[in-house]
Amino acid sequence: MDHPSVITLDKDSAPRTVFAGDRLVDIDLPAGTKVIYPKPALRPLPDVDAAIRYALNHPEGSPPLYAKLRPGMKVTIAIDDISLPLPPMKRPDVRERVLTIVLSMLADHGVDDVHLIVATGLHRRMKPHEIRHMVGDRIYDAYAPERLYNHDAEDKANLVVVGETDTGEVIELSRRAAESDLLIYVNVNFVPMNGGYKSVAVGLTSYRSMRYHHNPHTIRASDSYMDPRRSKLAADIGRAGKVVHEALDVFNIETTLNNQMFDPSLSFLCKNEDELGSREKALLRAAVLATARLPQPLRHTVFDKFPAPYGVTGVWAGEVGAVHEKVIDRSFEQYMVPFEGQVDVLVCPIPYISPYNVHAFLNPLLVSVMAQGYLFNMYRGKPLLKQGGTLIITHPMTDKFDHEQHAPYIDFVHRILPETRDAVRMMHHYEESFACDPAFIQMFRSGHAYHPSHPFFMWYWGENGRQHVGRVIVVGADNEYIPKLFGYETAPSMDEALYQARGGVTKSQEIACLHVPPIVMADVR
Amino acid sequence: MAASYFDVDGTLVSTNLVQPTLYYLANLGTPLKSIKSLGAAFLKAPLMALAEARDRRLFNELLYSAYAGVSEDRLEVLSKEVYDAVLHPALYPFARDLVEQAKRAGHEVVLLSGALEVVVRHLADVLGADHVIANRLELKDRVATGKILRPVVAGPTKARLLTEHARARGHDLAECYAYSDSYSDVPMLSVVGHPAAVNPDRKLSLLARAYSWPTLELSAERP
Repeated sequence: MDHPSVITLDKDSAPRTVFAGDRLVDIDLPAGTKVIYPKPALRPLPDVDAAIRYALNHPEGSPPLYAKLRPGMKVTIAIDDISLPLPPMKRPDVRERVLTIVLSMLADHGVDDVHLIVATGLHRRMKPHEIRHMVGDRIYDAYAPERLYNHDAEDKANLVVVGETDTGEVIELSRRAAESDLLIYVNVNFVPMNGGYKSVAVGLTSYRSMRYHHNPHTIRASDSYMDPRRSKLAADIGRAGKVVHEALDVFNIETTLNNQMFDPSLSFLCKNEDELGSREKALLRAAVLATARLPQPLRHTVFDKFPAPYGVTGVWAGEVGAVHEKVIDRSFEQYMVPFEGQVDVLVCPIPYISPYNVHAFLNPLLVSVMAQGYLFNMYRGKPLLKQGGTLIITHPMTDKFDHEQHAPYIDFVHRILPETRDAVRMMHHYEESFACDPAFIQMFRSGHAYHPSHPFFMWYWGENGRQHVGRVIVVGADNEYIPKLFGYETAPSMDEALYQARGGVTKSQEIACLHVPPIVMADVR
Repeated sequence: MAASYFDVDGTLVSTNLVQPTLYYLANLGTPLKSIKSLGAAFLKAPLMALAEARDRRLFNELLYSAYAGVSEDRLEVLSKEVYDAVLHPALYPFARDLVEQAKRAGHEVVLLSGALEVVVRHLADVLGADHVIANRLELKDRVATGKILRPVVAGPTKARLLTEHARARGHDLAECYAYSDSYSDVPMLSVVGHPAAVNPDRKLSLLARAYSWPTLELSAERP
C-alpha cells in the first residue's frame, strides 16, 4: 500500500503540471508512473515567540541562555543568510523573531558589546535590503552597518585559526566570533542538510577550511547528504565543527519550517492534478498560459515578488548535537514520504529557484546542481533511482548568468567544463588557482558575487548523483550546446525522453516523478 | 608567472590626470609663474575636453604641454607632495586589497598609466607594485619642454606596451590580468586572458557585460 502522497497514474490520469524553470508545463507520464507529492504542511506553532522563549530557557544539553550571560561580556550572534528558506519567507522572518527575543535578553543582562554577523561562508554578500528582510527594520536600523554585517571569508586580518582536527585540518573562523565570550547561532532549517555543526563551521569560515569537506571525495561518499545521519559530508563538517565548539562557547538556536511554500490561493500547484476542482483547474490552466506568454524577465519578477508564508514548526536551543537531532526528526516528519523500491527513470522538474540564486536567474550550473545534487539526494535509505538509471529533468538550461552574483560561474562553465567534467581533475588542476583569482575575489569582497571556488563546489555537489545516474535527459532545453557541455542529452518532449530512456525499444520501466516544489524526500525501502 | 596590469586614474584612485597637473601648476616657484601656467592651461581646457572625447593621446599631449618650463628638480621635489596631497587620499578603499590579492596569487604587479611616472612611482611604492609604465616629460637642459617622450602611454599604445612588457618578462598573456575603469582602455583589456572593468564608465560597463568580464567596484563600502 502506497503512502497517500504517492499517486500511481492510470491511463485516464490528467497530465502533470510541473515547473520547468519559471514556466509551468504539462507533461504526460505513462500509466503506472508513481508521482511523489509533498506531504501536507505540518501545523505551525501556535505561539512562535513563546516557543522561542521556552527553547532559550529550557535548552538541550546546555544551561539556559540567561545563565550564560554576564554584564560587559562580548557576544556575537551569527545568522543564516538569505539562501534559506526558498523563496524568502514573509516578514517577520523567523530570524527576526528569534533575534528580537535574544537581543532583549542580552540587554536585560547588561550585555552591550553585541555584533551580528550574517554567516555567508563563501556565498555572496547579502544586500542591505536582504539583511533588513531577515532581521527586520528595528534591528537593522539599530545595528547596521557597524554591528550588523556580512562575514568576509577573504579578510585575512579578521580570520583566526581556532584549532586543528585529529586529521590535521586547520579550522579558520571569523575573528570577532572566535574572540567573543559567547557565540550564538540563529539558524533556519530548510532541508535536513542545513544546520548542526555546519552552521558555524561553514558559515563563518574560509575557503582554506572549507576545502576539507567541500570536495568530490566527501560528496561521493555521502549517501545521501540530505540524510545527515548517513552523510559523510555531515560527518566531515562535524569533525571541523567539534573543534570550533571545543574552542568556543557556542549556543545554537535552530528552527524548522513547514513546507508552506505557496500562498494558500496557489495550493493547486502542489495538488494531485486529478483531484483539482473546476476552479483550481481553471487557475492552473491560467498559470500555465500566463507563464508561457510572459517574457522571461517578467516571469522571474512575478515569482520573485511573492515571499513564502512558511510556518515555524519547531524551535530548539542549546548544545548543537542534541539540538540538531530534534531538528532532523522534525524535518524528516515534514518531508519524508515512504516509497517502495527503486525506479529505472526518475523525472525531476527543476524550478526557477535554488539556494544560490535568490533574486537571480537559475544558471545552467545551478540547474545541474538541482538535478544531480539536491533533487537526486532527496532520499533516505537507497537512492530513488537505480544505479545507472535515467534522470529526466524539465528546464530550458539557457546559457544565461547573473553577471553580478555568478560572474565566476560564467568562467567555470565556459572555460573549465570544455576542458573536463572530471571533478577530481578539476579539483587538482583548476580549483585553487581559480579560487585565488584576484578579480573574482574582489567581486566577492566588495560586490555581490559568489566566491570563485563556489562553482567548483557546486559541481562537486552533484558528484554522488553523477556517479550514480546513467543518463540525464533534458526536456525543453532551448539550446543543444549547454546540455552537451554538462554531458546531458536533450529531448523535445517527455514522450521522446522516455523513449530515449528505454533505448528505443519496448520494455517496461519503473518510473517515478518528484512533484517539486515544495520539497519532498523519499524514504526508499 | 602571470602579471596584473593596473590602470591608475579612476581605477585605483578616484582622481584623473588633471588634478595632479593643477597641483603642480599651482605650486611652481612663484605665484606669478603659477598664475601664468594655470591661465594657459585653462585657455586650453575646451580643446582638451574635445580631445578627451576623441583621442586620448592628443589629450595627454595637450595636458602635459602645461608643464613647459618646469624644472626637473621641481618635478621631482613636488612629486611626493602631489602624491600625498592628491593621489593618496583618493586611493579607493579596496585598491590595496586588490593589488595584495594579485601579489598573493604570485602575479607581477605593473601600474600602466597615462599619469606622470615621477608621481606614479610613489603609488607603486605604497602598493608594492613591481613596475611602472607611465608617461615621462621630455627635458631639455633639465627643464620640461612640454612634450611627452614617445611612446605616449594612452589608448591603444597601452595594449602594445603591455604586450611588450609581458613578452619581455616571459608572461603568457592568456594568464595575465588587466584592470581599467575606462572605455579608452579596451585595447589593453582585450589583449589579456583576464580583463576586468573597475568602477567602469557606462560604455565600458556595457561592454564588460556583453563579454562577461568581471566588474569590480573598488569604491564600495567595506562589508
